[in-house]
Amino acid sequence: MSNQNQLVSKVDWITISLYGLFVLAGWMNIYSAVYNPETHLWIFDAKFYDSNAGKQLIWIGTSLILIICIFAIDFRFFEAFAPIIYASFIGLLILVPFLGVTINGSHSWFKFGSITIQPAEFAKTATALLLAKYINEPQVNLSKWKNQWISGAIIGLPMLLIIASNETGSALVFASFLILLYREGLPGEYPGLFVGTVTIFVSALLLSPWTILATLILIAGIIIALSPIYIQRLKQTYIKAALFIVGIMFMVFLVDLAVNTVLKEHQRNRIKVLIDPSFDPRGLGYQVTQSKIAIGSGGFWGKGYLQGTQTKFDFVPEQSTDFIFCTIGEEHGFFGVLVVILLFVAFLWRLMYLADQQRSRFARAYGYGVVGILFFHFLVNIGMTIGLMPIMGIPLPFFSYGGSSLWSFTILLFIFLKLDSHRSDMLSR
Amino acid sequence: MFEGRRQILLLFFIIIGLVFIGKLFFLQVIDDSYEKAADNNAIRKIIQIPFRGEVYDRHQKLIVYNTPVYDLYITPRKAHVRDTLQFCQLFGITRAYFDSTCKQAKAYSRVKPYLFLKHLSKEDFARVQDAMVDFPGFTFTTTAFRTYQSKAFSNALGYVAEINSNSLQNQKDDYYRQGDYVGVSGIESFYEEDLRGQRGVKYRMVNSNGVEKGDFKEGSLDIQPIAGKNLYTGVDIRLQEYADSLMQHKVGSVVAIEPATGEILTMVSAPSYDPSLLAGRNFSKYYQDLALDPMKPLLNRPPSAYYRPGSTFKLIQALVGLQLGIITPGSVFTHAGAPVKCHSHNTSHNDLHNAIQWSCNPYFYHAFRKILYEDTQGNTFERSAQGLQRWSELVANFGFGRKLGVDLGNEKKGILPNVEYYNKVYKGENTWKFSNIYSLSIGEGELVVNPLKMANVAAIIANRGWYIPPHLVKAIGDNKVVDPFYKTPVSVGIDAKHFGVVIEGMKDAVLHGTVGGDGKIPDIVMCGKTGTSQNAKGEDHSVFIAFAPKDNPKIAIAVFVENAGFGGFAAAPIASLIIEKYLKGKVDRKAVEEKFMNKSYLPNVLSVTGPRPSKTKKDTLK
Repeated sequence: MSNQNQLVSKVDWITISLYGLFVLAGWMNIYSAVYNPETHLWIFDAKFYDSNAGKQLIWIGTSLILIICIFAIDFRFFEAFAPIIYASFIGLLILVPFLGVTINGSHSWFKFGSITIQPAEFAKTATALLLAKYINEPQVNLSKWKNQWISGAIIGLPMLLIIASNETGSALVFASFLILLYREGLPGEYPGLFVGTVTIFVSALLLSPWTILATLILIAGIIIALSPIYIQRLKQTYIKAALFIVGIMFMVFLVDLAVNTVLKEHQRNRIKVLIDPSFDPRGLGYQVTQSKIAIGSGGFWGKGYLQGTQTKFDFVPEQSTDFIFCTIGEEHGFFGVLVVILLFVAFLWRLMYLADQQRSRFARAYGYGVVGILFFHFLVNIGMTIGLMPIMGIPLPFFSYGGSSLWSFTILLFIFLKLDSHRSDMLSR
Repeated sequence: MFEGRRQILLLFFIIIGLVFIGKLFFLQVIDDSYEKAADNNAIRKIIQIPFRGEVYDRHQKLIVYNTPVYDLYITPRKAHVRDTLQFCQLFGITRAYFDSTCKQAKAYSRVKPYLFLKHLSKEDFARVQDAMVDFPGFTFTTTAFRTYQSKAFSNALGYVAEINSNSLQNQKDDYYRQGDYVGVSGIESFYEEDLRGQRGVKYRMVNSNGVEKGDFKEGSLDIQPIAGKNLYTGVDIRLQEYADSLMQHKVGSVVAIEPATGEILTMVSAPSYDPSLLAGRNFSKYYQDLALDPMKPLLNRPPSAYYRPGSTFKLIQALVGLQLGIITPGSVFTHAGAPVKCHSHNTSHNDLHNAIQWSCNPYFYHAFRKILYEDTQGNTFERSAQGLQRWSELVANFGFGRKLGVDLGNEKKGILPNVEYYNKVYKGENTWKFSNIYSLSIGEGELVVNPLKMANVAAIIANRGWYIPPHLVKAIGDNKVVDPFYKTPVSVGIDAKHFGVVIEGMKDAVLHGTVGGDGKIPDIVMCGKTGTSQNAKGEDHSVFIAFAPKDNPKIAIAVFVENAGFGGFAAAPIASLIIEKYLKGKVDRKAVEEKFMNKSYLPNVLSVTGPRPSKTKKDTLK
């Protein structure tokens, strides 16, 4: 009993409440997407469980069981068994091409009876655990080349295996471990370089080279103008600036070249659609266009719950899974999406705050891993529904329909909450 | 270590959040184009075309109505035909048609209705209706064809056709869409806005496959269609048919007006066409044929054809002279000194009555000369101008040189030559005088009218000085409203006292004047005036205007028969038969009736393109 009380008082109820809120809101929107006033089904009807909303209710129920299990397991298990968990999922990822089944054109699922599982979803948690355990080693210093290299390998291995099964979207999620590594002391240049590269890449696609050149010259000019006088007088300053601009412009041309030669047709199309949705209005552009129509038609207050016409009538493909944000945008309007975005950022902030409270570096690093993964999904998922990101098939955590996705995010989050509830028991090394 | 990095990361997250919020604000609040796009996506606007107004004759007889026809649609996903043979027999289609249409429908969409069979009649629809329970996935939609009770009223009625691209672009209120039907000519066009009614709109929600999912907002935005208004015309359809039968094998016009009301009793344009040809699916095929026909069956001659009035104009000359005080009933002019010839008639006392009775050309030559020159000053050029000025002002009152305002879109003004006109023709003021324009005295020369105008002249004389603008439709809709314009008498500025002598002259013209035996009605006093309208192309046109009975006239008429020669030959007998039919309800003169129903003047019309027939008595006008 005392153990129970201890648990209740030590878990972070703020995070759990937000989790509950997200899951509930997600389910309501899934219900809305399938809601049909003519064939009105409710939870006591067996047929209800054939619908997405019914199935999601089952996923939510089983998630509660998973949460209880996680809290029942000894908190030391996760650190101790991290290598074994990691190794098992690497094994599963290797086996997927041979034993997996194809669902929605993605050959990345295992089937156990009526339950299907996508190991790639869970591999993120496993990787976060192992990476955190590695960083927890006393001698690890992320400013050292060797430690960086090993961290990179831990992340890169599952990533490569997922890319091999053609799930580029899920593989890119692993880039989010940069946030974990950054917090744990990876020199700022790495994430800086990453963000810089992505910025250059995106601007190279969206803007003309002349616009980029003009912008760079303007930025360089402003920086120089704001610098101390002696720097302004140095010849070197201008040579450096010129080299910097030439270097970036060179990269811009490389990106253009890469897009047109290296990328596969369907990847190139996804990027083209991002730039110009009308490029393929019935195919890839259709999804983005319909998604924007659904969200845009919501107005400020939305059309009201169960009143969305776009999402209800299947104009937006994948609207319960990857495009659940459309339903929110259409039915609850700008007000609704504003609340969701603010709550999500607050949620991330709360998790970072909790992570920084940890005595153990393992728990803290794992916490930042969770933050990184959730943030990446948030960034890409919402970004793609409003046309700011290319379409990658990744869900909005806790909101999107799908067992694998809900389970994996629940496990990911609650392992951290379990660790957090034991932070006083952990030894800080 | 590195605690500060949490703040950097938080800042990064917040920036991303703000970028999203900004973009969403733009999408959802600023830009409203997505709302329209969404409505187009999800809401289908279904236009409901109401029934077009019906048209009735003066005795409440239905002359134009709508016949519903049924189109059969198939929805492949729902369609299930167990017994294809039975289905084909039911609809009278072949197995090959069934198979190929089903295939096309599936290729079009599995879930959207596809037109399977067009224009099933009401009878067919009733026959198959019960059997349709065995064939799910088939639905009917209703449309309507314009249907005509009579073939005799086509030109004035006009027709309904798909709107053409020009009208579509130039429409004022953006009402019509591609493929809409619109009245193209006649009263169908003139009363289009009354006839068409108010289109209904139904908003249905559809999903991304185009399948209907119920009413949008429970139908609160729907607009119920309002049926078009019925038109009640003053036309006597039996008289119309009779007049039309008399005009077979002829080119020309008949216009009959009720003098007291201005209601048009009959308006025949010959040759005409079967109106059912232009209603329904073969419109374009028949329209091509009719439009290219050299006899111009689509032309509505009464308001649009151009003729010279010929001697019928002498009535107006007489009235104008009397009103100006230049001639009196007792004025006498002999044949002497006139360049226009006359045939032999008693000229011992050639007064106005006699001149009208015998259509005396020299009389009106002298009278017109006097109208121009009497009480005017200066040389003959100046005096001609002054005289023509006062003459044309009075003649204009009869509707010459302007539109009468009949409820048809294609009314032509005609020409009333006045001072301005001749100054232009002769290139300057005081360059012309009576000797240049004397043809006007007997209704020839530059004077141009249409048959409607001359029927109105007959009505003016019948009324002794006024008319109500002639019109086909006397009431619109259930409230029987009518434009006050068609209720208001218009005076022609001739004192009623001057009409007596003219009417007496017209009476005697019929009884023992220019009108021959075929044009006399034994028991009705008809007042008429023959005319022979010269034309450059061939045989003269036969013209006759009349009204009857002499006291309390009920009908005023103008008949034009092209290339039929002297007015007493063709036009007068035809007019007399129509008047007899209208006033008595039957025609006793069966021989005359039969003669003129079968008489053909078409060879004369057709010879117009060939060598011109030799003519001897160019100026012998009656």
